[in-house]
Amino acid sequence: MISVWNRNVNPADTVRLSKDDYIQRGVILIAVAFLFFTLLMPLSSMLVKSLQNADGDFVGLVNFATYFSNPVLFESVANSLQIALTSTFIVITLAFLFAYGLTRTCMPGKKTLRALTLLPLFAPSLLPGISLIYLLGNQGIFKGVLFGETIYGPIGIVIGMCFWVFPHVLMIMVTALSNSDARLYEAARVMKASPVRTFFTVTLPSAKYGLISASFVAFTLVITDFGVPKVIGGEFNVLATDIYKQVVGQQNFQMGAVVSVVLLLPAVFSFIADRLVQKKQVAMLSARAVPFVPSPHKMKDRLFFGICCLVVSAILLVIGMAVYASFITFWPYNTALTLNNYNFEEVGASWDFYFNSLEMAAWVAVIGTAVVFFNAYLVEKGRAFEPVRNLLHLMAMIPMAVPGMVLGLSYIFFFNQPGNPLNFIYATMAILVLNSVVHFYTVCHLTSVTALKQIDSEFEAVSSSLKVPFYATFWKVTLPVSLPAVLEISVYLFVNAMTTVSAVVFLYSSDTMLASISVMNMDEAGNTASAAAMAVLILVTCLAVKGTHWLLSQKLLTVTQGWRNR
Amino acid sequence: MKLVNQIKLVALGLTGSMVLAASVAQAQTELKVYTALETEQLKPYAKAFNEQYPDIKIKWVRDSTGIVTAKLLAEKNNPQADVVWGLAATSLLVLKEQNMLQPYAPKGIEMLSPKFRDADANPSWVGMDAWMGALCFNTIEAKKHGLPKPTSWEDLTKPVYKGHVIMPNPASSGTGFLDVSSWLQMFGEDKGWGYMDRLHNNIARYTHSGSKPCKLAAAGETAIGISFAYKGANLKKKGAPLDLVFPQEGLGWDMEAAAIVKGTDKMDAAKKLMDFAITKQANEMYNKSFAVVGYPGVAKPIPHYPADAEALMIDNNFEWAASKRKEILSTWQARYDGKSDPK
Repeated sequence: MISVWNRNVNPADTVRLSKDDYIQRGVILIAVAFLFFTLLMPLSSMLVKSLQNADGDFVGLVNFATYFSNPVLFESVANSLQIALTSTFIVITLAFLFAYGLTRTCMPGKKTLRALTLLPLFAPSLLPGISLIYLLGNQGIFKGVLFGETIYGPIGIVIGMCFWVFPHVLMIMVTALSNSDARLYEAARVMKASPVRTFFTVTLPSAKYGLISASFVAFTLVITDFGVPKVIGGEFNVLATDIYKQVVGQQNFQMGAVVSVVLLLPAVFSFIADRLVQKKQVAMLSARAVPFVPSPHKMKDRLFFGICCLVVSAILLVIGMAVYASFITFWPYNTALTLNNYNFEEVGASWDFYFNSLEMAAWVAVIGTAVVFFNAYLVEKGRAFEPVRNLLHLMAMIPMAVPGMVLGLSYIFFFNQPGNPLNFIYATMAILVLNSVVHFYTVCHLTSVTALKQIDSEFEAVSSSLKVPFYATFWKVTLPVSLPAVLEISVYLFVNAMTTVSAVVFLYSSDTMLASISVMNMDEAGNTASAAAMAVLILVTCLAVKGTHWLLSQKLLTVTQGWRNR
Repeated sequence: MKLVNQIKLVALGLTGSMVLAASVAQAQTELKVYTALETEQLKPYAKAFNEQYPDIKIKWVRDSTGIVTAKLLAEKNNPQADVVWGLAATSLLVLKEQNMLQPYAPKGIEMLSPKFRDADANPSWVGMDAWMGALCFNTIEAKKHGLPKPTSWEDLTKPVYKGHVIMPNPASSGTGFLDVSSWLQMFGEDKGWGYMDRLHNNIARYTHSGSKPCKLAAAGETAIGISFAYKGANLKKKGAPLDLVFPQEGLGWDMEAAAIVKGTDKMDAAKKLMDFAITKQANEMYNKSFAVVGYPGVAKPIPHYPADAEALMIDNNFEWAASKRKEILSTWQARYDGKSDPK
């Protein structure tokens, strides 16, 4: 393998390879091997499984034929697409209005409103489902709003999805709308273009790529999410829940693999499309652009303030209801407040699950940050093995396109093969940590790369000529300088590991039962109030961690990042 | 010099204690036991067992019936469990069919009622207790919607109950499957499917778990949940406005059973656990939650259960149910799966 890559290297260089170079090459290969064994191998064993029968014989596309000839299963494809498109449309519209309010108006309370929209990020996606049952279920407070329609089904899924996906989409929208050139607006004004015309000829085109990117993100998140349809989907089947149903309900692993492949397709497609679109965006903002600064406009400011407040109240209502429900004795017949729902032992769950989650999230944060950031460093600042480093970068992008359920299932297939030397991590905390690190790899990788790009590569060049090993440069220069990004990644990993259900649902064992999964199990067994209580516990924990991170980074920034402002 | 000696001493001490710890650990056999028992039952069950066999430590792996079964099947080529203690007999029959169980006749098996043991001369599994289907009927919601209390399975198909009945999906829930298989056995196949067609018109949705319909009825999300008696009795005890209804045509039931997983390297310990699982003492323990247990004469009546529980139980043919399981489920799914809970 090495000789193949070396062909691209000038022979004169190969002679001068120092010990440091060898170490770096070794480390790069280890990084590639890591993703090879934790991502590519499991995924390929899943593909293989989808082409086998129950006894493990190769049967070609028979399973797929069975799948597509089964109208009930096939219907889920249509259902998933319908849900994803509807939710994407609604959430994009709302997020665009909200982002417009934040970036283009002088409405009051922007910071607070923005901060409150982030709340859904800190809860498992099961939480909106549970909350909607209390709000709009058959015994719900606002049941009348639905005019006799049931919340269990597409309506519930779409509402829940919008809640859960909103912050993700909003972040992209705000960025897209912030990057606008004030000169264009000036030109429009000079040319006496109407506000409507300006909106369609200036505002929309400049935010075009953001809009497209946000749509793809929303679409992918919705079509791959499992938590919301699991809780509130009722009789409405979607792909993500079908995988679970096939595997856990019916022990049909082949069909689970088939549905996984089917679910993988739209996710991969939308991911590639998004990548292509983003490549085009690079040159949008020229160096001479003047940032747009909104000017006060009473009507407009009030209108958008109203819209944003409505959105935020909806978010607060959903979260507030879950919190309230977690303290109710016996909904709806006894609404006296109690702490009893937090006594998880009573419903066959345990506080241990919560501590397991904490432990796992901490490991994911520590190990994940270390691995991802160091790998990103190799990709961005490494000197040797250009093609291998590109490969590493490419591999780092894949997890984004792989739905959690698919990754989780493929881990069973790969790690529980008899004869796999890594089999010993099956049913341990280690496999959960590994799976979560890989599941959330891409975003962390991109954050790291962005942060690393900001650091001049002269550091590497200088230290290399001073014969300082690259790892010393990494430890002494790169890491301290990138501390804000590193902290952000670790918090991102912690929060996601705390809230995720989809990937780990196939991998936990009774010793490593997690809080988020117990939310699902308690809801499944009908202990909705306790499920709400555990979900609230997760939310509070994540908020506390985020708060600590915020305080800490304020402090750290002043201490370590002083060089940024001279 | 002194320091070096000290280090040596500490090292010696550490090694010594490690060897000691290892030998202690070796003396205790650890059995990995897969189960679908209720969580609160695990500790007392293990404790009772350890009173007789203190040198065997039980390591529980607990989940719901469907999941434990799926786990066992998934691990078929690389079994992780030593023993299964407390899983539906229909599930164990599936495992038996896959040749995954180690036949063993525990000491005293002749004492069990014949229903509660594998008919083979060298039985692959032994029964513990039986759980039976029941309807959870929410009296408050029923009054609100003007629903009379049903007394039979046939009642549930009346138009008045349309949209007020929830039942578990037989594909994922052991309780759901015992309902379906009992209808097919009681009414005959044609009439059974005909009954389900009519019932399907009234079903609001099918849930993944067997206890959820009863929980939903207890919370007023539905008026009638087709579930099992143990759950209903439990919820009623907690103050839910429920009446338990035992349809007069007869009740489907399944039993919890125990078996040794083939390939275990702890055969001796596994046999001891099987011996214990069918003792009179163990059956008395099962009777705390279940009205019908495998050891004749042990069972005492339990509150909220009908006194004649055993008489209501149909003559359930487990072998038939297990062998037809796949066929029944695919027919069921083709007919009704559109209304199923996600998952």
